[in-house]
Amino acid sequence: MKQVELRESEYITMPAKILEARMMTTQEKYFKIALESGASLDHDPGQFVMVSLLGIGEAPISISSSPTKRSYFELVVRNVGKVTNALHKMEAGDTLGIRGPFGRGFPVQILEGNDLLFVAGGLGVVPLRSLINFVIDNRRDFGKVHILLGCKKPADLLFADEIKDWEKRLDVNFHCTVDKADPDWKGNIGLITSLIPGVNLNPVRTFAVVVGPPIMYKFVLIEILKKDIPEKQIYVSLERHMKCGIGKCGHCQIAQYYCCKDGPVFSYDQIKGNVEAL
Amino acid sequence: MQQFVTLQKKELNTFISALAQSQKVVAPVARGYNNFSFQEVTSGKEIVLKYIPTILPPKKYFLPAQETVISYNKRENSVNAILEYEKMVIFGVHTCDLAGIQCLNMVFADKPRDINYILRKSKIAIIGLECNDYCDEYASCNVVDNHLPNGGYDLFFTDLGDVFMVHINTMLGDELVGKVPVFKPADEKALKALEALRQKKRAIFKNEVDVKHEDLKPLFDRSFTSKVWEDLDKRCLACGNCTNVCPTCYCFDIIDEPSLDLNTGARYRRWDSCQTEPFAKVAGNENFRKERSQRQRHRYMRKFKYPVDKYSRYFCTGCGRCSRTCMAEIKLKETINALAKEAK
Repeated sequence: MKQVELRESEYITMPAKILEARMMTTQEKYFKIALESGASLDHDPGQFVMVSLLGIGEAPISISSSPTKRSYFELVVRNVGKVTNALHKMEAGDTLGIRGPFGRGFPVQILEGNDLLFVAGGLGVVPLRSLINFVIDNRRDFGKVHILLGCKKPADLLFADEIKDWEKRLDVNFHCTVDKADPDWKGNIGLITSLIPGVNLNPVRTFAVVVGPPIMYKFVLIEILKKDIPEKQIYVSLERHMKCGIGKCGHCQIAQYYCCKDGPVFSYDQIKGNVEAL
Repeated sequence: MQQFVTLQKKELNTFISALAQSQKVVAPVARGYNNFSFQEVTSGKEIVLKYIPTILPPKKYFLPAQETVISYNKRENSVNAILEYEKMVIFGVHTCDLAGIQCLNMVFADKPRDINYILRKSKIAIIGLECNDYCDEYASCNVVDNHLPNGGYDLFFTDLGDVFMVHINTMLGDELVGKVPVFKPADEKALKALEALRQKKRAIFKNEVDVKHEDLKPLFDRSFTSKVWEDLDKRCLACGNCTNVCPTCYCFDIIDEPSLDLNTGARYRRWDSCQTEPFAKVAGNENFRKERSQRQRHRYMRKFKYPVDKYSRYFCTGCGRCSRTCMAEIKLKETINALAKEAK
């Protein structure tokens, strides 16, 4: 058996440096990262990267920042596995490896000029924020923007400061709800599905973008379809186990699709009736 | 270039021994009762010419069970992409396994291309060997059209009694033949014998299941909610044997292994199986194929449906390994027949 070094490989990682790291909730940590080459990651909203920690492994992580931020990108990581555990111990100045960006993100060019209904549940706001902030940074290019946000309890709310800005903006219709409130909570209480009927929208020119935990899709999609938004105009982003990121290893397969390559963003008409998808 | 040459059977040893002088030669050898395995040989005498599909298909040379893809040194902050390869000749590959290699080629050449696979493949010469009859009752090579050679080899040997008919398919094959002066141009008699054998094979090899070749895909299109999967659920042990021995199963895991110095180490990719419980589980414990019925269905769909949509070919080669190896006696032919019966 001979071993040689390859100049090109899909498995080679780009060195990157953590510029900023802080806990966002008790479970999620925020990272601001820049590639050491100085190059921009140049991702599409909704794409993901493989984060590599040598000797520990790799994990697929959604990119949370808009590509309009060229000099860095942001990740928000929940502490749930071997790699994310190790990642949580890392601080500003530490280095890690990045592969990607991978996957098919949100179809920004198709969304342009249309009204948008964003629905994010729980951690779903992390990938969706890359699109929301892209839209806000190019606000003139889009129609009406509705943002519906839901999480279990107020303490779970991610990007709380930024969300306050979304709430204040004149050009965004923002609503937020929690399943269970605490005494200081002044907003809505209830499941995210309860916010959808109240949104005043024109289904012909509205695109809905939904990101959340698997259980949420079923119920949110029922409410969105009640609004008569065409199936082709509804997008979701699905989470799956991923190892390679390039449509080979098989872990992320959803029936005929590789989530890492054909997704993670799918239109509802693509996956409707696909029992492995929703 | 002469397309067909012959080799006296007694000269096979001369050919193999001569090849083995200059490079690694692997071929089927006996491994216990009715078990065979591709292993390195140095003489033709070690080779078993009449063998049922080997325990593992030749996939193990194209996509090794474990290979290094990255080596690293943390202190020096270096990460190197690694290719592991070995120049070799594989002798005695049946048509089912040639089909298996063709399937893997399609997958790994699909963009983004897998450079490790592609470079490793380019170092391997393939010599096929025709099956004159069925290997055993588990094979279903006719229904997937793999009982006759469909390319994918450099040389192809057919046993015609005293001689091998050898089809030279590539320049690399021609080079191999040219290395050892034991081959003769095929005469009319040998060519006629080859034709007669193929004719005879058409009578021997019959559709092994109650579904026609072209109806397999439509059958699986309709079988997503079949009760047959529930039956497999009760029997399957989720051991992953079927996927390990499958010539077209290529799923893998990526694993880091630090050296004892905790500074250097390697990142491997290692065969994985969609039949095991954690395969589709994400952090947070959501499992997208929790039930064995879902995982078995997935395995079958990955042979008879998904790749047909994507690559226009069945990814079942009909080798019968999954049925032969299954401890719970889940048999591919039975599953297909049960689906067909239910669909009627």
